Amino acid sequence: MAPYLVLFLIFVLIPVVFGLWISLHNWDYLVPRKPWVGLENYVNLFTANSTTSEPFWQSMKATGLFTLFSVPLLVVIPLLVALILNQKFRGRNFFRAVYFAPYVLGVAVVGILWRFLLDPNVGLVNYYLGQLGLPGDIPWTTALPWAWVSLVGMTVWWTLGFNAVIYLAGLQDIDPALYDAAKVDGANRWQRFLNVTLPGLRPVLLFVVTITFLLSANVFGQPYIVTQGAPGNETRSAIMYIAEEGLRNFNMGSAAAMSYVLALVLALLGVANFAFFRYRGD
Amino acid sequence: MTHQTARAESKRNPQKGKRLAQLFLSYAALVLLTAVFVAPLLWMLSTSLKPNVQATRFPPNWIPEEFSGEGYSAILTTSTQTPVLQWFVNSMVAASANVALILITASLAAYALARLNFRGKNVLFATIIATLFIPQFVFLIPNYLIVDSLGWLNTLLAVIVPSAANAFGVFFMRQFFLSLPRELEEAALVDGANWLQIFLRVILPLSKAPLATLALLSFLINWNDFLWPVYVLFSPGSQTLPPGLSTLQDSYTTNYTVIMAGGVIASIPVLIVYIFTQRFIIEGVSRSGLKG
Repeated sequence: MAPYLVLFLIFVLIPVVFGLWISLHNWDYLVPRKPWVGLENYVNLFTANSTTSEPFWQSMKATGLFTLFSVPLLVVIPLLVALILNQKFRGRNFFRAVYFAPYVLGVAVVGILWRFLLDPNVGLVNYYLGQLGLPGDIPWTTALPWAWVSLVGMTVWWTLGFNAVIYLAGLQDIDPALYDAAKVDGANRWQRFLNVTLPGLRPVLLFVVTITFLLSANVFGQPYIVTQGAPGNETRSAIMYIAEEGLRNFNMGSAAAMSYVLALVLALLGVANFAFFRYRGD
Repeated sequence: MTHQTARAESKRNPQKGKRLAQLFLSYAALVLLTAVFVAPLLWMLSTSLKPNVQATRFPPNWIPEEFSGEGYSAILTTSTQTPVLQWFVNSMVAASANVALILITASLAAYALARLNFRGKNVLFATIIATLFIPQFVFLIPNYLIVDSLGWLNTLLAVIVPSAANAFGVFFMRQFFLSLPRELEEAALVDGANWLQIFLRVILPLSKAPLATLALLSFLINWNDFLWPVYVLFSPGSQTLPPGLSTLQDSYTTNYTVIMAGGVIASIPVLIVYIFTQRFIIEGVSRSGLKG
């Protein structure tokens, strides 16, 4: 027990409180004096024209847009894939393994690979679009809305398999007798999906929605590598801005305050999500 | 009787046709999706094996016209700005040490929480679990300062130790220990063994599968970690592969042969591990997912 507790204390419990403490100071890493400022770092975030509020909320908007676009895709597409994989046929474990593969690669490999594929001049994506008679000169990483399409698309490619695997386990836990009973009652395929599959998947669905939401809200690596926040700071995510402000410009007080505001926003949305599922469950 | 059979047949046949059509459509969708997943990876491999002048030539050559090791030799010969070999070693050391640390600390703590009785156990467990809900970015700033005050900035310790404090391993192993029958331990207790002996001789040998799953998942997470090492490992020689790849991209901008060679080098170990253990990994993910 003791070895873990030491780690837990130093790197989890103390940091949570220490972070709050930092956020109440003008904590510049490079300056020895770190004066107490009370809630000023928080107030600044909610005051128009302060140095931090405009870029912070811009980055929150970027994270919000990314989450808004990617969560529905990552909830629906993997479910379709899992439904196909849940049928009995040869090679389904092979397909499952292939779709999961990008997930084990990590964001850095996926990022440099897609930046190459999406390069406007030498990338394969524009080349094949051109071959199909579509516009082949799309600025995938430097202009809107293309930058969002790129970031969301590569994230779907990267993590689709992860969600599909979780759905698949959920589908396999549904009692086959329920399907047989529904068939006897004359339910067609769509009705069986609505009345047997979806209710049976509710806990799994809640898990997938929650984890996809949290992972999307934590987005960092894709815009850091692929768009570097471009165009302007339109795709600079909240965590990119917090890390830049705290660990590059060393304004740690305001960066810590931002991370608590972001955490609070996520917590509220998380609670709302649970409440929604419970409401739908009754 | 014959009449009935005939009717049943005629009913079964169109259904069989429908089933076949459906199977065909499913396969078509799956094969198409497979191409979408495999093609980018093949392109990375193929580009890494071309001379750079051919890397961006259209129409694309999926199989290099001329094989060249220039991408690999460029990054494997020691360079002070992009020492890819050093990054590889760093990543291996960091991920292995991190896994060892997690297995030891998490299994001991999980066993204590699952089996021992001590004051405040429930409060402690609740606290540990509650921290699973705190998003990682909250730790970014304070842990940077804590790691700094320990003198670990820009050393591998920064990417080995702090993440071992994550509560997931404890939660995961505790779930498994709770599922073991108590009789085994009681028999050992009667024989006069203390709890550490029981843990080492009775429990651990039974826990190979969950320990292996935890080791695999922890290895993958540490090997691929990006945000934290980008900021705590800042000199080229001390980086791991993920922040290193970002550095590589910045220094070689359009030399895609070199950049893709870096990507291949970072992918090979995890893909090999994945190919041999994909069942374990996938089941580990889906099981912990369902329970979490």
